[in-house]
Formats: sequence, C-alpha cells, structure tokens
Amino acid sequence: MTHPPVPIDEKARRQIDGMIAAEARHLAARRAAEDACPCQDGMFPAGPAASRRRFLFAAGSAGAAAVAAPALAQTAPPGAQYFAPQADPTKEQGRPVAGDGGYGSRSQFETEVRWRYPTPNEHTSWSMTPLDHMLGNLTPSGLHFERHHGGIPTIDPNRHLLFVHGLVDGPRKFTMADLKRFPSVTRRHFIECSGNGLTEWNKPTLKTVQGTHGLLSTSEWTGVLFSTIAREVGLKDEAAWVLAEGADAAVMTRSIPMEKMLQDAILAYGQNGEAIRPEQGYPLRLLLPGFEGNTHIKWLRRLEVSDKPFMTREETSKYTDLMADGKARLFTLEMDAKSVITFPSGEMKLPGPGFYTIAGFAWSGRGRIQSVDVSTDGGKTWVPARLDTVPEPICTVRFSLPWTWDGKPAVLQSRCTDETGYIQPTLRELVAIRGANGPFGSVYHLNAIQSWAVAADGSITNVHA
Amino acid sequence: MCMRDGLLAGFAAGLLAAGVLALPATSPAAAAEGRYGFGTPATPEELARFFAIPPDGRGLPPGRGTVARGATVFAEQCVACHGEKLEGIPTPGIGGDKLIGGRGSLATKTPVKTVESYWPYATTLFDYVKRAMPFSAPGSLPDDDVYAVVAYILSQAKIIGPDDTLDATTLPKVAMPNRDGFFPDPRPERRLYR
Repeated sequence: MTHPPVPIDEKARRQIDGMIAAEARHLAARRAAEDACPCQDGMFPAGPAASRRRFLFAAGSAGAAAVAAPALAQTAPPGAQYFAPQADPTKEQGRPVAGDGGYGSRSQFETEVRWRYPTPNEHTSWSMTPLDHMLGNLTPSGLHFERHHGGIPTIDPNRHLLFVHGLVDGPRKFTMADLKRFPSVTRRHFIECSGNGLTEWNKPTLKTVQGTHGLLSTSEWTGVLFSTIAREVGLKDEAAWVLAEGADAAVMTRSIPMEKMLQDAILAYGQNGEAIRPEQGYPLRLLLPGFEGNTHIKWLRRLEVSDKPFMTREETSKYTDLMADGKARLFTLEMDAKSVITFPSGEMKLPGPGFYTIAGFAWSGRGRIQSVDVSTDGGKTWVPARLDTVPEPICTVRFSLPWTWDGKPAVLQSRCTDETGYIQPTLRELVAIRGANGPFGSVYHLNAIQSWAVAADGSITNVHA
Repeated sequence: MCMRDGLLAGFAAGLLAAGVLALPATSPAAAAEGRYGFGTPATPEELARFFAIPPDGRGLPPGRGTVARGATVFAEQCVACHGEKLEGIPTPGIGGDKLIGGRGSLATKTPVKTVESYWPYATTLFDYVKRAMPFSAPGSLPDDDVYAVVAYILSQAKIIGPDDTLDATTLPKVAMPNRDGFFPDPRPERRLYR
C-alpha cells in the first residue's frame, strides 16, 4: 500500500547505501554483545550477563595478544569505566566515595551509543540517538544526536564572546559571565534535524528506529532569552531578521525571523543541569524551539540584526525543499507534528504471544502534543494511547498502550495530533504533496506515520504500510 | 516609572548595597533606561572581522578577481576535493560536492542540485567560499582569490563569460539560472486538514 516508486539519483543512492552499512555495523556490534537466550533476543537492552560476556571476550582477545600479561586488560564502553564485578557486593565494601574524581560515569554494563552516518568526510557528518533504548523523556547529554559541518571546536569559555550588532541602538559584546548575569529560563525542548528519516521516503531502508528517527533528542535547556538581550541592545524599527553565526570551522550561519527570536529564542549555556556539551555548542548555542535543528546555531559567537535574510548556503542550497515542479520551498523552519513507536521497533523480537506495552515518543514544533493514537492493524483502527509525561510546549511526550499480542502478524503505527489540530499524515499523503522526486527532491521534513510489522515469529521490521 | 523599570532599579540597588559581586555593577544610567547594563560596547574595529553577504552585496570587501586567476586558485585549492571538471569527488576522506551541471534537471525524476542548477544567488557562493573553504584551511583565501575562484566556478557553469571580472559591484548583478526557483514555506499544508 505504498506510494509510487521514487527515483533517486546516484548521490542519494550512495548516501543511503552508506547509512545501511553503518547501521549494519552497529547492529553486528550490538548482537555480539547480546545474550544467546532467544527469549531476550533483541527485545531488551543487553543485560549484565550479556555485557559481561562481551567484556570477557574482549579481555580474552587482549590477553592472547599480550602473552604474559599478568592481569586481563579490561575495557568499558564509551562513557564508562571498567570495575571488576563483585561476586557478592553484600560481603565486601564497594568503591570509595568520590573515587571517580568527582564526576560520575554510566555503568560499564550500559553499551548504547550514537552511531555516525558514514559521510566521506568524518568532520561533516551526523550521529543518531538510540531512541529504542531511551528510558525516559530526556535524552542523556552523551547520547544527544549530532550534526556537524566542520568538526567539534574546542572553545575556552573565558575567551568566548557573543557579539550583537547590526540594526541595534548600540552594538555590544557579552562574555559568558555577562550572559549568565541576566535572568535565565529553563525549558524542556526537543531538537530534530529536518533530515531525520531522509532514507525513508522511497522505501523502508534502515532497520532500527535509531536509523529512521534518531536525529531527535530532548533536553532541558537553560539560558537567557534573546528578547532580554534585544532590550539590552535596542532594536531598530526595521529589524526583521537575525543572522546567527557559529565559531566552528564551518562558521555556520542561518537567518532567523525576528518574530521567532523575540517569541522564544534562548541563548543556551545549560543542558540537563550542567554546561552544554561540546558537541552541542559549548559554551553557547542558539535554541529555537520547534525550528529545524540546523538553525539552532552551536558555538554561537555573533547575532547580526538585519532587515532582510542573508540567503546563506544552508538556507538556499541546503535545507530547502524541492517540489516535483522544480520549485523549492524556502525557510521551511517549523518541524511538523510527528510520533514513532520505539517499543517494539525494528530488529527487536517478541518472545511470544502475550502482554506487551507499546511505547514511543510524540512531538510537535508548533506546540504541545494533544493526543496520540496507536494502531495494531496498519491504520484500519485506532486506540487512544496514554500520555506518560505531561505535555509541554515543543517537547517530546512519552506515550504507551497496553497490548496483548495474539501471535498473528500485525502492523504497529502511531499517529499524533498537536494542539493546533494538525494530525500527523501518512507517507502517502505527504508524498502526494511533496512530490516523488525522491530523497534529492524533497529531502527534509519527513514526518509521516511510521509502520513496524510484527511477524508471526515475533520479529519486527520496518515497512511501508 | 513602569513596574519593570522599578524592579530593575531595585535589582541594581540591591547589587550595589550588598556588594556581593566583583563584577561591574549595573550602571544607574542603564537601570534608568530599563537595561541591566551587562556586556560592553562592541567597537567598529572588533566588528570589522565579521561578514555575511546578502544578495544585495552589502558588506562585500574591496578587491576583484578574474576567471583566469580563478582557474589557478581552483587548481591549487579546490581541485583535490571538487575535481578537475568540478564534478565532485565522493570518495571516502574527500567528499567534495559537485559544483556545476544539472541545469534543467530540477523538475525531473533525478534532480541534480549544484551551484549552476540550484543556487539562487552568486553572493552566497562568495560568502561560503570566504567563510568555510578550502575545507583544510577554512577562511584562508585572500578576498581577491575568493572573487577569482567564484568567477571561475560561475564561468565553468556558463553563467558568466570567460573574460569577466567579479568585484563588489559586479558580483551581486550576476543572474543565477535558478534565481526565481524558490517560494515561501506554505506549511502547515492545508490539504492535511481536509
């Protein structure tokens, strides 16, 4: 029940093939770490037993290489440190307080990582959040998706300055200490790359929800509102756009409508209770709730107030949406309402008929999520899901629905409605509007309903239904 | 005095009275204007190193470049990633975009988006090359060389002639083939409300 095939060009095919290969490598690594027990196969994050086996395997390999090594070289996944598991932690003392140097790390048994899309150049690339293994609504800072165009700069915050100039009464520069003296706001918002799902226009391509939807993350952001800074510098009457510029090697620039800047733009220096991560723009990034991720300029060093947009590379040659008639949409900034089921999702396997809790995320760049419906029959019938977190403006919500699987093939879908009344469309509806010129026509803003097929053996696959 | 001004003045007075911060206190003048007074004025000298070139060419630097000089710059700085024929090199470790070709392809089933076929403004090319190219040494080209290499690319795309020169006056006047190829975002799509 899919739309007509979408022809794709050579570059699109290369990109998609690269993503398939990258996901396959990630899946192979994950499988190597998983327990052999078929009842656990792919369904849950690798548990302690499985992870221990992987560490032993890794240690064994290292031991074989270093013949007379007295102790096994131990490894831990990124973001963790290795400690020898205790046979009975109730019979001996644990590790000393603050023995970690004062900054904690995740358990060595937790192995989830972002994986990078294999662009030819590793400085301009992106990495995906493992949505299928998220346990709450916020994304751990170390698993927040990335998109960089010139690598991750290392910036000394004591030397970093934000310049605000152009159509203002008095151009000013602000140190990080200056910015932190202003009243701050703390708000939870998602950021989604408008390229999220670009492999999925034509046919089901990537296997996991990390691959199909992983350019989505949610954080609590802290910073000063642009409107506060605007009063500080004084806007001229003709001020209508703001150019935001980053201090990375791409010197990334985007033009933002003043209306948005004054509505809710945040100059963010905090993420999930601490300074924002280097990959997220340390020490300062622009946060534009609900706008496509590329506009949230990281390593923010300059805001130039203007009467017109600047028509930068990223807002003309990229991040525009080419329609079937050869004309392209410009400044397609808002992220439309979207949802996805993360459990069960691609590459998982249900161990057998019985009770499961279907769960996922829903979000909208235009406001709160109002409701989420779930279908287990490919969209023929819908049941309201429970919202498991309180809907906040331009923030993800978790949803869930109890489900008893009868062991027969099923197609799981979720469909959300936001507070503006917008209903998440089907892929067929979306392609009918955007045209069938494929991933290098309308590349961006794929917010269609996602379908996961459940086979009789319990395995879950990405399908177009 | 409106309430906000009063609050700000009170805030400033509190800071002064408590003497809690080693930072410069909010100036009475700033507070009187409803400002906090944080930050410091940015001087023209400090702002001079920044640029962003809109379609009208505002802020284009002095200097000029010929297509002939651009051929040399391209051969030295660009060809390794973008190829002898500006065809792009997608191989691992390189990944330079295709720069020319694709004209007339945008409404077909295999659109090819390049500077020639898709970019609406020549000023954008100047801005991007000066800003972020070459990839191995971003922002290192002298302005004359930026003008020149932009001229070379546009000439290879048959948008300007082989004997043309680009500068702050001529660059914004370059007529890009897809200049009128863009329109404002019509979302949310009304059809989805039927």
